[in-house]
Amino acid sequence: MARVELVNIRKSFGALKAVHGADAVFEEGSFTTLLGPSGCGKTTILRMISGLESPTSGDIFIGERRINDVPVHKRNLGLVFQNYALFPHRTIGENIAFGLKYRNISPSDMAQKVKDALDIVRLPKVQDRYPSQLSGGQQQRIALARAIVIEPDVLLLDEPLSALDANLREDMRVELKAIQDRIGVTSIFVTHDQSEALAMSDKIIVMSAGRIEQIGTPEEVYNTPATAFVAGFLGASNMLPARVLGRDASHILLETPEFGQTAVALARAAALGTNRGATLSTGDKALLMIRAEKLTLGPAGGDAPQAVVENVDYQGQLARYFLRIGETRLQAINMIDAAPFLAGQTVSLTLNPNACSALPEDTSA
Amino acid sequence: MSDQSLPADRRPWILLSPALVFITALVVVPMAFILVYSFYENIDLAQDVPAFQFGNWQELLTDSYYRTAIWKTLRLSLIVTGLAAVLGYIPAYVIAMTRYRHKWLLLLLLIIPFWISFIIRTLSWIHIFGNQGALNGLLGLLGLTEAPLSIMYTEFTVIVGFIHVFLPYMILNIYVSLEGIDQNLEPAARTLGATPWQAFREVTLPLSLPGLAAGCLLVFVLTGGSYVTPLILGGPSDFLFGNLVYDAVVTELNWPMGATLSFALLLFLGSVVVLYSKLMGMDQLSKAFGR
Ligand SMILES: Nc1ncnc2c1ncn2[C@@H]1O[C@H](COP(=O)(O)OP(=O)(O)OP(=O)(O)O)[C@@H](O)[C@H]1O
Ligand SMILES: [Mg+2]
Repeated sequence: MARVELVNIRKSFGALKAVHGADAVFEEGSFTTLLGPSGCGKTTILRMISGLESPTSGDIFIGERRINDVPVHKRNLGLVFQNYALFPHRTIGENIAFGLKYRNISPSDMAQKVKDALDIVRLPKVQDRYPSQLSGGQQQRIALARAIVIEPDVLLLDEPLSALDANLREDMRVELKAIQDRIGVTSIFVTHDQSEALAMSDKIIVMSAGRIEQIGTPEEVYNTPATAFVAGFLGASNMLPARVLGRDASHILLETPEFGQTAVALARAAALGTNRGATLSTGDKALLMIRAEKLTLGPAGGDAPQAVVENVDYQGQLARYFLRIGETRLQAINMIDAAPFLAGQTVSLTLNPNACSALPEDTSA
Repeated sequence: MSDQSLPADRRPWILLSPALVFITALVVVPMAFILVYSFYENIDLAQDVPAFQFGNWQELLTDSYYRTAIWKTLRLSLIVTGLAAVLGYIPAYVIAMTRYRHKWLLLLLLIIPFWISFIIRTLSWIHIFGNQGALNGLLGLLGLTEAPLSIMYTEFTVIVGFIHVFLPYMILNIYVSLEGIDQNLEPAARTLGATPWQAFREVTLPLSLPGLAAGCLLVFVLTGGSYVTPLILGGPSDFLFGNLVYDAVVTELNWPMGATLSFALLLFLGSVVVLYSKLMGMDQLSKAFGR
């Protein structure tokens, strides 16, 4: 078990820059998720940590040791591949024992360790079968068993659940997290599924186009996204161009054409303590971020801003509304009380300032 | 249920029937003629008497000359197969593993030689190894040799010629099986503690064995059955069993003996194929071709 640190890691494939200067710390025993859209460089980072790819520049530390020049087979890491990568010509028992062969372990210990690993993933009776004789979910667990049986310093998981169907995926997610808690290995998990990331992680690293956008706990990245990209990637949200009217010790005052003046609690203003270091001050252009589920519809009338329902996406308990105020389009997700509002209806909108965030205007997103 | 399953059982035979008709008409029947011919008696040049006697077969089994030929054929086929396996594995591995975007170009390079007649490709070695050939020319130019080295018309040139012609078959067969291996398996082995060489030996090599075996079978059978390459590139003692057939039929005009020898060669190579299918299973071979 060990802590992992990336210091200004860059990786180019020819002209293509896959990772632009990533800094990150993965605490000992923690479960960290790399979250981002396809092609943003998640796998590349994982492969650099595992040694299958070497960084163009920057340093990688595992524990106190710089491992840039340590070959893959000496790094003692467990890597679980997206497609499992079990050895088809070996039995399940041999697959799991594969890594033990290189570790000076007596045959009897080896058998015991294989048995223990199979117990951990709750597949005690499949030793003598071949990978092709197992279901996808079972193969996935064997891949995990094969990676943890060597007692790796770090467990790297590259979208290990993505090949499973939705139900199995949720079960495996719970199980995987339980196993990680039990063995306490430092884990780095790659996914592009935000709900997976929110549910499992101690920390989430949100990436976009080779850059780290934000590092934080699931609550932090969800509630106080540092950039417009993060806000847009995690959950549905509205981003309205705004102007900073002023700030005091606890609040920042934003003005938008749609909602007038909104005082956003500074704790939620992403300007504080983000890795981009942007600070908002009076007169700056900014973005007011409103989560779709924090924008509440009511009957038309009153002082509140009035919007027209353009479309309704009925989802059972919930409805997703596509709204328009003037030329601005908004989304709202509300519980349905009695009956949903209908397309064409005019509604009033209320917004809870405590559930809003202020973001620096982001031209890249 | 049984009413429905009956026509379904017959369907493969219906689909196979055109092929079976052709194979019967063009292979089985001619082979039967050859077998019958092997019992005829040759009394003079090109004069055969229909008969049912075992004189030709007896000669084949008793004359040690034929045994020498079988031994030579076996030995040379094994050498060519072994060398082709080693020489073919490397390019097959490179083509299968490369991240080069235009992989098809590399495969095309393997196919291009087939556009030139194999006889011409074989003859081209005379221009390389001959006394006035490129190699001797170069050595002379560099002043390394006084007189030209005589390289041509030896077992060496025969082996080079065979490998030149048959290597693409080996490469393609190995390539196909390497291509089918999940590219993450070697990295997986390496993260588990295997060195690159161990990862190759434990994972990639065993998984590519079906293709390697199929390539070996093809090259062995193709070499064992050929006569043109030794004819063009070999010396007087570099003959294969196929050359005996050629001599009997074309030079001595002794067709019954030629028929006997061809049938013997067929039995010999056929038993190699049977042995292979016992060891490897024929489905492995079809897998290498079927993808
Ligand atoms: N070996 C390589 N050669 C060239 N380009 C590569 C290579 N590996 C990755 N890339 C490129 O680097 C970028 C990042 O790729 P990476 O595989 O890390 O993305 P990812 O975040 O894992 O995406 P996904 O969610 O689709 O798996 C992509 O643009 C990809 O095309
Ligand atoms: Mg990936």
